[in-house]
Amino acid sequence: MSDAKIYSQLEAISSHEKPFLDSNEMVLNMGPQHPSTHGVLRVVLKLDGEKVMGLECVIGYLHRGVEKIAENRTYVQFNPYVDRMDYVAAVSNGLAYCETVEKLLNVVAPERAQYIRVILTELNRLASHQVWLGTHALDIGAITPLFYTFRDREEVLKIFEKYCGARLTTHAFRIGGCQYETYEGFEKEVMKLCDFVMPKIDEYEELLTTNRIWLERTKGVGVISAEQCIALGATGPVIRGSGVRWDLRKAQPYSGYEKFEFDVPIGTAGDTYDRYLVRVEEMRQSVRIIRQAVAGLPEGPIMAKVPKVLKPPVGEVYHSIEAPKGELGFFIVSDGSTQPYRVRVRPPSFVNLQALDSMCRGQLVADVVAVIGTLDIVLGEVDR
Amino acid sequence: MVARLKGLYGSGIREALTYQGQNYISVDSSLVHDVLTMLRDDEDFDYCVDVTAVHYPKKEEQFEVIWILYSFKNNVRMRVKSSIKDGAEIPTSVDLWQTANWLEREVFDMFGIRFTGHPDMRRILLPEGWNGYPLRKEYGILQQDKEWVQINLGIESGQ
Amino acid sequence: MSDFLNYMKLNVTPGEAGNYYWATIYILLIFALVSVCVMLMTYAERKILAHMQIRLGPMRTGPHGLLQPIADALKLMLKEDIIPEGADKLLFWFAPVSVMMIAFTVYLVIPFGRTHAVTDMNIGILFMLGVSSLGVLGIIIAGWSSNSHYPMMGALRSSAQMVSYEIAMGLAIVCAVLMTSLKTGTGTLSMIGIVQAQEAQHTWFVFSGWGLGFMAFVIFAIAMVAETNRAPFDLPEAESELVAGFHTEYSGFRWSLFFLGEYTAMIAVSSIAVTLWLGGWLRPFSNALSGHTWDVAFNLMPGLTFVGLALWCIIGGARMPKIRQLKIQSIGLMLFGAMLGFIGLVMLLPGVRERVQDIYWFAMKVGIFMYLYIWYRATFPRYRFDQLMHVGWKVLLPTALGVLMGTALWGVLR
Repeated sequence: MSDAKIYSQLEAISSHEKPFLDSNEMVLNMGPQHPSTHGVLRVVLKLDGEKVMGLECVIGYLHRGVEKIAENRTYVQFNPYVDRMDYVAAVSNGLAYCETVEKLLNVVAPERAQYIRVILTELNRLASHQVWLGTHALDIGAITPLFYTFRDREEVLKIFEKYCGARLTTHAFRIGGCQYETYEGFEKEVMKLCDFVMPKIDEYEELLTTNRIWLERTKGVGVISAEQCIALGATGPVIRGSGVRWDLRKAQPYSGYEKFEFDVPIGTAGDTYDRYLVRVEEMRQSVRIIRQAVAGLPEGPIMAKVPKVLKPPVGEVYHSIEAPKGELGFFIVSDGSTQPYRVRVRPPSFVNLQALDSMCRGQLVADVVAVIGTLDIVLGEVDR
Repeated sequence: MVARLKGLYGSGIREALTYQGQNYISVDSSLVHDVLTMLRDDEDFDYCVDVTAVHYPKKEEQFEVIWILYSFKNNVRMRVKSSIKDGAEIPTSVDLWQTANWLEREVFDMFGIRFTGHPDMRRILLPEGWNGYPLRKEYGILQQDKEWVQINLGIESGQ
Repeated sequence: MSDFLNYMKLNVTPGEAGNYYWATIYILLIFALVSVCVMLMTYAERKILAHMQIRLGPMRTGPHGLLQPIADALKLMLKEDIIPEGADKLLFWFAPVSVMMIAFTVYLVIPFGRTHAVTDMNIGILFMLGVSSLGVLGIIIAGWSSNSHYPMMGALRSSAQMVSYEIAMGLAIVCAVLMTSLKTGTGTLSMIGIVQAQEAQHTWFVFSGWGLGFMAFVIFAIAMVAETNRAPFDLPEAESELVAGFHTEYSGFRWSLFFLGEYTAMIAVSSIAVTLWLGGWLRPFSNALSGHTWDVAFNLMPGLTFVGLALWCIIGGARMPKIRQLKIQSIGLMLFGAMLGFIGLVMLLPGVRERVQDIYWFAMKVGIFMYLYIWYRATFPRYRFDQLMHVGWKVLLPTALGVLMGTALWGVLR
């Protein structure tokens, strides 16, 4: 990526704010390899001393051409590829894709499959937020919560492993439902996990929420207003932290979410602290949903009647779900053959990352790292 | 709403259909910016979910640029499609929704469709000197810009 | 020669006795023992930090990782010595040596017991403050001589931080010094004098002054953490910041000198805090629990601590899994326990136990501070640099001034 172009871009940003060039201005590169950018993200900062005047993200280091690959695989063959995009919350990716293809086929997964999907997706939301919390706290300097959250995430991953054999890239769902029946003792273990994890969430909060240094590092940092969120297209905890009560699980329910009772936490100030509180509360609500789903798990088939060779009728469909990071959408165009004509992934992290520039203007360099952490980006999803 | 649009733009609105419960309209490329402005201002589609494109090499107007919009107030989604020829340009929607900035850059990167009026039309995912637009149908699945790889990475081929 | 042997009968420090030989012996002992303490500290930090993070820490090098500090020291000494191109060679060598030397020089005045100090300067505190301020110079030289952008910025930040918190530290120290003059009417700057004043007033300064002593102690405790660049004030050293700190370009043995200097400084400032507020080498509850039986009970504590540690080691060694690979480790641990037990039993002997008292209580109090240092590092996030300066100048400094005036007022009104 030509540096000259980036610098001229940054010059353009600052030149209409300052009539003359300050000799203190400096361009700093947080390179693709960095302990705090979660993945290979390059951020070029234009600084005035310690203040950030402008910022440019260089992405694409992890671009694997997933959308192109989709055109060369059948619908069923493409299913595992989908997990690798947001690898931290792979189950949500699978859910979004399977539901989109099911919409194309005009098929609805049976009720038991929907409940199992909800349980696994919410467990994955819990695990994803745990990763987020550990790494975010680590960037700000608290080194201990990382170990606590990863330790508790192990319990969730154990359940995934018992269910489908993989911990991270699970490929848990199939088009039309689930392939694997829940294993012996699944409900009991999931309930035990719920009881295990609730006091742990309180433990994480105890360490951070009222900690004076944490408050000073996160309050007023990376503020984004609700209007800016809507204009920039930020979704997920970012928009909820700014006060807009919008959650796709409530607004446009899918996979049986309308049957469950849960709250959607929102923040008020749109700063890092509010997003932190929103995500911690979302963890608790996830546990609540899991408990309801396990209690009400119905009997029945887990796979709908889907032909062996999938040939959806000609048409196109867009379907999105509330992934832990935001609105994850799939736009699939079918031309009637066994391979999709075009698969477009609408990644939440890609769109949220656009907001980084406006969130970091006027902040100090040390806060850029905190803001990247609070956006909760996964480069696998940004670059696909 | 469709009736109003048809009344305003007449034949510019090619078709307005619903498939699997999802509404979409197909618009002439010359009118698409006005239609989008009207949708944002009058129909409260204040959130641009996605901007993407599909390549139909067999059609005369090969590229179909698609906007997916969402309205918070009405909780409804809608798609706006517009077809353009290869090499033609289409007006940008960055002035309507800031989200479109990176989304249109990605469409340019993958398909080569230029958006007039975009403040920063350059590649986003692929490196800057790359030749070729990967998501076009004629671009092979294993194809890479060999020249760029040889110059910048110093290896014979990326395969 | 007779001077040399007679010194033991006197009850003063070598400096007071004018005895050069014993002074030298004390200095060498301090070098050796503080270095051993630093090694112990690195081990303790890794183990305690690990346990706070629900993991175990070093377990393989020696039983329960007890040989880890030796392994670390060996590794650092054997590493390749890299000097960056364009670095000023003389200054590059001088910086870590100076930081370490300055940290050790402070120990000249620290009293581990009535007679266990190198010397008792009558301006002990002033000397300590002056010498520890020199440490800033060593850091700036380190950043400058690296001939690189980021270490220079890190060094400047580090030095700005240290200078800011020195003022609050100094004011807190003055409060303690003021308190020494309460009973006798004349105060003292000498470290041993301060402890003796606490002994005469039958109270540790941290408890006196209706909480003013406690506030001065707290201010000093916070300032000393910032002085030594430790969490939560460790932004200049943090990895997740862009600037990696003044010791970026140092590797191997030179870096270990910085490391040694940092831990030595930590122990030094903790010792000062202990001397000034926590009664130095005095045993706790010397008023409330006085009398012969209590004296004997407290005298037994050092021996019992070691015996307790020994039992823990021996039982731990016996409980290790009975597999072939761990056999040497379990035997090693039990032998280590036996050695500790022997030391403990020696300490229980009546002649020995009176003499060990002062060093033991001093070491215990400094040990508590070391544990607190590690606890802070595990718990707190990092302060951002501007917030750090805000705390130093806008919070600690006015508070310290207020406490100083309060102490003076209280002393006058008493």
